Amino acid sequence: MSSMPRWFALAAAVLLGACGAPEAPPAGEVNVYSHRHYEADQQLYDRFTERTGIRVNVITASADELITRLENEGAASPADLLITVDAGRLHRAKERGLLQPIESATLQASVPEHLRDRDRQWWGLTQRARVLVYDRERVDPAELSTYEALTDEVWQGRLLVRSSENVYNQSMLASLIAHDGEEAAEAWARGIVANMARPPSGGDTDQVKAVAAGVGDVAIANTYYVARLVESADPEERRIAERLAVFFPNQQGRGTHINVSGAGVTRHAPNRDHAIALLEFFTTPDSQALFAELNQEYPVNPDVPWSATLRGWGEFKADTLDLTRLGELNDAAVRVFDRAGWR
Amino acid sequence: MEIALRPGWRLTLRTLPWGWTATALLLAGLLALPVLTVPLGALAPAGPAWTHVVETLLPRYFGNTLYLLLASGALALVIGAGTAWLVTMCEFPGRRHLRWALALPLAVPAYMAAYVYAAMGDVTGPLQKLLRAVLPGNADAVYYWNLMRIEVVAVIFALVLYPYVYLPCRALLASRAGRTLEAARMLGRGHFAVFRTIGLPLARPAMAGGLALVLMEVINDYGAVKYYGVQTFTTGIFRAWFTLGDLDTAVRLAGILMLVVFTLLVAERWQRGSARYAASGAGAQATPYPLRGAGAWLAALCCTLPVLLGFLIPVLQLIAWTVQTAPAVVDAAFLRLTLNSLGLAAAAGVLAVAVALVLGYACRLDPTRITRGATRLAVLGYSVPGAVIAVGMLTITLSVDRGLGGTTTLWLTGTLGALIAAYVVRFMAVAYLPVDAGLERIGPRLTEASRMLGARPWRTLWRIELPLLKGTLVAAATLVVIDVLKELPLTLILRPFNFDTLATRAFQLASDEQVAQSAPAALLVIACATAVVLLLHSSVDRGSHREP
Repeated sequence: MSSMPRWFALAAAVLLGACGAPEAPPAGEVNVYSHRHYEADQQLYDRFTERTGIRVNVITASADELITRLENEGAASPADLLITVDAGRLHRAKERGLLQPIESATLQASVPEHLRDRDRQWWGLTQRARVLVYDRERVDPAELSTYEALTDEVWQGRLLVRSSENVYNQSMLASLIAHDGEEAAEAWARGIVANMARPPSGGDTDQVKAVAAGVGDVAIANTYYVARLVESADPEERRIAERLAVFFPNQQGRGTHINVSGAGVTRHAPNRDHAIALLEFFTTPDSQALFAELNQEYPVNPDVPWSATLRGWGEFKADTLDLTRLGELNDAAVRVFDRAGWR
Repeated sequence: MEIALRPGWRLTLRTLPWGWTATALLLAGLLALPVLTVPLGALAPAGPAWTHVVETLLPRYFGNTLYLLLASGALALVIGAGTAWLVTMCEFPGRRHLRWALALPLAVPAYMAAYVYAAMGDVTGPLQKLLRAVLPGNADAVYYWNLMRIEVVAVIFALVLYPYVYLPCRALLASRAGRTLEAARMLGRGHFAVFRTIGLPLARPAMAGGLALVLMEVINDYGAVKYYGVQTFTTGIFRAWFTLGDLDTAVRLAGILMLVVFTLLVAERWQRGSARYAASGAGAQATPYPLRGAGAWLAALCCTLPVLLGFLIPVLQLIAWTVQTAPAVVDAAFLRLTLNSLGLAAAAGVLAVAVALVLGYACRLDPTRITRGATRLAVLGYSVPGAVIAVGMLTITLSVDRGLGGTTTLWLTGTLGALIAAYVVRFMAVAYLPVDAGLERIGPRLTEASRMLGARPWRTLWRIELPLLKGTLVAAATLVVIDVLKELPLTLILRPFNFDTLATRAFQLASDEQVAQSAPAALLVIACATAVVLLLHSSVDRGSHREP
């Protein structure tokens, strides 16, 4: 018996199924390049389509890849909106001339000034704080104070933090460079490397879990990862979350480092008006509440309440450093990491 | 006639196949274009980040990449060749099932296995839960072991990649070689002596070909090493290009990587040397040598462990997570994702094998330096990280689109066609190596005879080689299908709007640190790939022999 025809028949059948007939052209559409891939986002796209009839087309990939793609596509790019999970990358897109300024009273009103671009090219959608997570039994919160103090000798072999490939770390270091200068920031990075409980590996959640496992005593992580453990469907994860607590560093000084997930309308957006409509829709109280509830992020709109878990951690003073600086200093931060041997 | 006067058959064959050579050169050029675009576009002097990379990172990239290549390669070779030997040459309990089960880890993407093992070992994972449950009075105990280290990455690579060695070795031992070995044993040589003096030299081409694939997969991995914090050349390319924004430096790193792979390919070719084994067709398989007592059980254990660690354990864990998260995660779109994945994979598989066949056959008709060199170029894509090929492909489709006057409409960019073409570029080596080996196994004699008798190349291919190669072609297409199902970075960058595959869905959730939520999609990738592996297995079986 020959297996070839059967093979080809199968292939052809599957291929026809996959490539199928194209769907009917919609009344209007908006094309989104996004680094976000959360459940909440899809729900918001669906709601937007429901209300406006505008279809939302999405490609998700890392911001770096999307920016490279936008650059290559140039004026022919189908993209209307670029969404990233870090202000540094938005700044990079702006610097390379990939975004355009937007005049919108709605956006001006709902996004506070330090969470948006001063040239109105990008807008923060949600905030996340980079906090310290510690074990309640092994660490007295009185010992904790600032990011800078983590290089003290008492923390030797007790710190957990992920790799410097990660953009949240790059932006955190950029903020240290902005506040303390590059030399001090490099000394800080070396000090952290010297105090690490293990070489960096895994994501933020892994660092938090490693605190629970006793690998180290303090982890640096974004708030929503910790909140997810607290709210997890897995009882084991909820159990370890009880051993842990969140500390907001630098409360006596400049405040805790925050970053935004944000978006900007692309330079050559073919559906510019729809992109602005979607952007405005993201900042409405309803949408902001969804981001907060489903993804445990801090809303940018100050009128929108936080999720219960985030409220439980209390109010905190956030660093109001212009987020554009994070983008400007990103390159310097990456080099400092490499020189300090922070993998 | 001229043909009769020439002593060497190669000369006689060279009188006709210019069409083939030209087609092959054209195809090779097209395949090499997206790979070479990136380096050619940047023959510029060192980028601004180059000195920085050399001073701070390069030694670590070299060290880690070399470690992974050596450790995973050696381990995969031992597991693959060892188990192939055991299941074809020996009889022991469970052998018949292990024969096919040993191919299964091929269906598990390395990055998925890496995520699963990390999550299994962590503080909320099943391993710790089990320990807490088993050890009395330890309900609150936590245990610490650091699984996220380079040694573990190397082992995970070996566990999911060894089938690349296992499959060709087993196929070889099941064919003519098995009879040779059986003869040697009957003539009184000991078991181990036969393995060493005859088995190893005979199986060397199969082992080397498989090992080359293993090493290239290792070089290419991005997901697993990134998650485990191991810095390699591939993570370095991403860092230089995307993070430091320095394409020239990324290209230099990619260039070094391509050099390494090129060396591997040449070495693989060179070790085959001048040896020619003409197949005498598919004969009966050797009668397995019965193992007794402890030896039999040890053999069974040795063959069970790779299946357990490389397939069963990760799959069972994914099933457990799926049960937990499926109600919230699985929806009607899952069927769509599955069809997308399978459709892409099937299209790329068929196309890649067709192109590989043309390349391989042109080399056979016209075995000159030019055609050989062209095919070397054509398979380079396998050595280059998917993301680099993706951007090369993007550059090409965009310039074509601009040429077509499309400043506002993109005819090629962001289409399924471009994505499938990129897969073919990326996985040409996977299709070409087995096709080439298959053509070599048939030997030149039949082709010579057919051509001497006046048949044109197409007719010879259709009537002589194709029927003999059927099993090989299906196997080659299958390997491509499996690779495409598992492929990630290229798909992420090149796919059209609103087009997701199982792999991209699983990766997005996993990279967002929702490993349990990614399980349903991951499980489906593995299920599809497993079905394909089993299909391959049954076709190989049909092609060679029936189990007694």
